[in-house]
Amino acid sequence: MNKLLNAARGVFLWVDDRLHLAKLFESTAGHHVPQSSGSWFYVLGSATLLCFMIQLATGIMLAMVYVPSAAESYTTLQYLTYQQDLGWFLRAVHYWGSNFMVGIMLLHMTQVFLFGAYKYPREITWITGLALLGLTLGLAFTGQVMRFDEDAYWGLGIGAAILGRVPFLGEQMVNMMLGGPIIASETLSRFFALHVFVLPGGVLALVSIHLRMVLTKGISEYPQPGMLVRKETYDKEYAAILKKEGVPFFPKAISKDLVASAVVILAILACAVIFGPKGPTGPPDPVQIDTLPRPDFYFLWIFAIAALMPDWMESVALLGGPVLIGLLLIALPFFNGTGERSWRRRPVAVMTVILVYVALGLLTYLGHTSPWSPDMDAWKGDPTPSQFIRGRAPLELQGSVIAQFMQCRNCHAIDGIGGHRGPDLADVGARLTKDQLVRQVIQGGGNMPAYGKNLSPEQVDAVVAYMVSLRPSGVSAARDSSQPGRPPME
Amino acid sequence: MNEEPNKPCEKSCAREGKKTNRRDFLLAAGFGLNAIAAAAIGIPLIGYVLSAFFKPSRLEWIKLGPVRDFPEGKTRFASYENPVRREWDGETAQIPCWVRRIKGNEFQVFAINCTHLGCPVRWFEESKLFMCPCHGGAFYEDGGHAAGPPPRGLYTYEFKVENGVLFIKGGDLPNLSNQKI
Repeated sequence: MNKLLNAARGVFLWVDDRLHLAKLFESTAGHHVPQSSGSWFYVLGSATLLCFMIQLATGIMLAMVYVPSAAESYTTLQYLTYQQDLGWFLRAVHYWGSNFMVGIMLLHMTQVFLFGAYKYPREITWITGLALLGLTLGLAFTGQVMRFDEDAYWGLGIGAAILGRVPFLGEQMVNMMLGGPIIASETLSRFFALHVFVLPGGVLALVSIHLRMVLTKGISEYPQPGMLVRKETYDKEYAAILKKEGVPFFPKAISKDLVASAVVILAILACAVIFGPKGPTGPPDPVQIDTLPRPDFYFLWIFAIAALMPDWMESVALLGGPVLIGLLLIALPFFNGTGERSWRRRPVAVMTVILVYVALGLLTYLGHTSPWSPDMDAWKGDPTPSQFIRGRAPLELQGSVIAQFMQCRNCHAIDGIGGHRGPDLADVGARLTKDQLVRQVIQGGGNMPAYGKNLSPEQVDAVVAYMVSLRPSGVSAARDSSQPGRPPME
Repeated sequence: MNEEPNKPCEKSCAREGKKTNRRDFLLAAGFGLNAIAAAAIGIPLIGYVLSAFFKPSRLEWIKLGPVRDFPEGKTRFASYENPVRREWDGETAQIPCWVRRIKGNEFQVFAINCTHLGCPVRWFEESKLFMCPCHGGAFYEDGGHAAGPPPRGLYTYEFKVENGVLFIKGGDLPNLSNQKI
């Protein structure tokens, strides 16, 4: 036994003599960190890196089967999902891993922001982190294209339409993005190259700088209210903290990271097993236009902004917004690099985080429900509840049929059933007078097309008669306030 | 104190200087040659990557079908094969469009792509509207903007009728940068 141990020791010493492993270990995993950084709040960075590792491993395996060809990829996705042993599982882990990576990365960024960890002397850590966020979102978008289905096809179309708004160079940028003038095989090939080689390579390079900064400038100590960062004194203070309560990262401070890692892996696996992979939805066939293109959840908020923004500011906001936000974030450690770190004394930072999260959350919810999209099949598929039919005069009944037949229901729900682009019609008779309704139907306005050319006067009469009848029982029809003497129209 | 290194030298120093000169030259040559080599490999690589950037779109006349397939006063769905197609394009080579025959040889051929963000618009014969499933854009029968966020009416293809056959000029993805009409 002793002999064996001695032999093993001999081998280790031989290897260590050549590679200086012990020294390397001491200066990396064994580097000293403030004891206060061994907090649950500090596990998010390593958890993000872990997600990336899972993405690398599962991505390589998926690439062993997947064929990045516009003609074949959809078939290989089907094969991966339904025939390849455990193919569905790997696709699911890769999909959920990407969701977790984006989510945990955002939490990590939020924590760094709230803890003031981007301040002096960790500017480069913050900036490389921002670049990593950019690359990760790039991976998310290109990954969505790898799932080459109808959503991917029209998602590329949306990307091209945004780039097409670039002044002067729009056409060239679109060609550059698509690898030609149109979405086709070369588009998929270049997105594959980006997703599999360029962006992951960039992430690895930036992670090494990010981690290098952790070694050179140290992980930030847990912020205490009143402990101000001053460029003149911070380095000395940090050294003093390390001297007083510094512990080696391994094995003293790593335990919470380890627990978090296991939890994250298990959560990803659980989601993968329970919810499975996403899609593919229908084939990437542009002729199949019966489609409802939606991006993956991380881009739903942008999808929502594109619907809600006034169109005069749309191009500027879609193109300039990301640049402006990026520059602002890069500049943050330079105009706010010293002073208070604790979030308890930085109300503006806390408000910013709350505002951003509420905005992102609401926009994502709106993007998910998309109330601004017409319900394309409502006119032929949705029923009219019986209380909106019963007791109606023939003219009103005819109006109800016309409203249905003319696709009014695609945008207007009746009692919640139908599209939500325009107002619900269940009580429209109590809100608008007959004259107002006639005007609205014929001229449109306020996001409603004008129907004047497509409806005969008789049809308008019938539709308006029906609308006037749509109001809660016991409520009289809307009256024209400028003509108080006039009796309400029926 | 050892004065040796500072001692004025004669022959040996001259040789040393020469050596330094040669080393400097080699270093400069090394950098110079590598700069040339980097350009030699880099320029073609950049050219390869940017070829799509500088390649102007080449539009071609594409046969859409006999005119009799499109009844007067109606708007019909049609599709054509993208003229710049590759063998491995698969389904993506087929591009849809909407053909409106006003009367006789008077046509309007609309791109499928909404002018807002490129989603496929759908035609509704009854209300004579095109509706977009993404952000609620709507267009009239003649392609004019009816409602929603699109900044302009539908994109139209240039068309011609020859021997009773309808042709359109196509080959790119219509977007705000390449469609002036």
